[in-house]
Amino acid sequence: MTNDLTTILYLLSGVLFILAIRGLSSPDTARTGNYLGISGMAIAFIVTIVNLDQNNLINWLLIISGISIGGLIGTYLSKRVAMTDMPQMVAALNSMGGMSAVLVAWAAFLSPGSFGLLINGFINTSSIIQMLLGILVGAITFSGSVIAFLKLQGLMTGSPIILPFRHIINILIFITILGLSTSMVLDTTGSHTFLFLLVTILSLLLGLLLIIPIGGADMPVVISMLNSYSGFAAAIIGFTLGNMALVITGALVGSSGAILSYIMCAAMNRSFFSVIMGGFGDEATSTQSNENRPVKIGSSDDAAFILKNASSVIIIPGYGMAVARAQNALKEMSDKLKAMGIKVSYAIHPVAGRMPGHMNVLLAEADVPYEEIFELSEINSSFPQADVAFVIGANDVTNPAAKNDTQSPIYGMPILEVENAKTVLFVKRSLGIGYAGIDNELFYRDNTMMLLADAKKMVEDISISL
Amino acid sequence: MDISPIVFYGSIFVLAIFVGYYVVWSVTPALHTPLMSVTNAISAVIIVGAIIAIGTESSGSLSMVSKIVSFFALIFASINIFGGFLVTQRMLAMYKKKGKKDD
Repeated sequence: MTNDLTTILYLLSGVLFILAIRGLSSPDTARTGNYLGISGMAIAFIVTIVNLDQNNLINWLLIISGISIGGLIGTYLSKRVAMTDMPQMVAALNSMGGMSAVLVAWAAFLSPGSFGLLINGFINTSSIIQMLLGILVGAITFSGSVIAFLKLQGLMTGSPIILPFRHIINILIFITILGLSTSMVLDTTGSHTFLFLLVTILSLLLGLLLIIPIGGADMPVVISMLNSYSGFAAAIIGFTLGNMALVITGALVGSSGAILSYIMCAAMNRSFFSVIMGGFGDEATSTQSNENRPVKIGSSDDAAFILKNASSVIIIPGYGMAVARAQNALKEMSDKLKAMGIKVSYAIHPVAGRMPGHMNVLLAEADVPYEEIFELSEINSSFPQADVAFVIGANDVTNPAAKNDTQSPIYGMPILEVENAKTVLFVKRSLGIGYAGIDNELFYRDNTMMLLADAKKMVEDISISL
Repeated sequence: MDISPIVFYGSIFVLAIFVGYYVVWSVTPALHTPLMSVTNAISAVIIVGAIIAIGTESSGSLSMVSKIVSFFALIFASINIFGGFLVTQRMLAMYKKKGKKDD
């Protein structure tokens, strides 16, 4: 195949990837979009294979066995994973992409001649810079995603791990990486394998140190950010290999992840840097103790009575619903309510859950039609007309302190204004504080009833009482 | 007119970032999770790099190491591709309209 045709076909797969993302603008077109994405990948793959030396049996064996092994593992994972665990899955897959970028950069470094990167017998300067950048971004993606995975999977504490002098340590590591890289770039006549290895190890360490101080509630930002990095790593490798598909795709994925991080940060009213530089918990320790204030606690029967007499109910799901796996029970309850002629809708805060759109997937899994699900900006004006706001496993995203209390760490964060509903029902395991570590004023209001129990059990009990 | 490859690919890179920017803003928030899993899958187009690396003729001990390294890159990228696309498909199959039975 000529170089021109190869490049045109890579361009075509890039276009198909764009259409795949474009398809996600509506659930109706999303499935077609996914098939376009798969076709794009197939084209990129076939073009690459066709351009290989066809007579080398070992290469064929390696490629076929590699894809079979990876394909089997990937397929198995995708069938097995529970929708609740989707954030972990994305983190795990992301680490694979990061590792892959690191390994490809290494392959190019070890055998530069076969990639046409040599000038007078040594790797040319711009290629070495690209490889080093690829290693840096790829390695941070890999180790950062692994830490994110461990945290989300509960194999590691989800709360921030704050090391002393962490900023200084990170900066020192980064400067060292920079120094090593510069010395490699300046002296183009050596092979520098040891320095390259050192840069790889330090980058891995940097990724680890960057993610461990970030707490569970900030995971949506972290996951999006790592997603973005994996794209940029691919794009950088694309420069080295002179490959159109990698450059286009890397840029697409890179900007997609960056936009999602931005949306998540805006939904928490926090700057990207304050999220990346460490936990929510840092500053949020100071709040007045409200332990002795009276709280109205209800039973499932009380809740069923209130719901039965409502004409409009808005359900606000949060991460607690995901943890309790209560989405199916919730759908059952809302079906009963709808059968009584009660209007039921769902309100979803952008940062509900552990990744962007997490709640939507869980509700879709429970067969909730997506026309009943609304975003914050669409539904906030409907709360005053609602008889019941049914908050299940959410807390901070409903806290009026974000609007009223300038001292509060979440001040300025857009919230779902459930306080405007006639009655607020709060399903929660205990009266404990949320992830931000702040008390919620709503618990003590007259029109609030706390339903303290496991979310799934409580919803099932309410269904029975209905 | 000769332009250096870095400028050529750099221009494409910059344009693709802008395309990505506008396309991603059009994605509905309800589908942000599938967006992440599908972009995850397509970023594994790095598999192309792994295949090129495997396919290069080997001479000398370092290029053998290079081949082994790229073999692992290929495995990781395939996990990412298959896992990413299939899990996206699984999720998208669940988004249904009101009253519409499963398809």
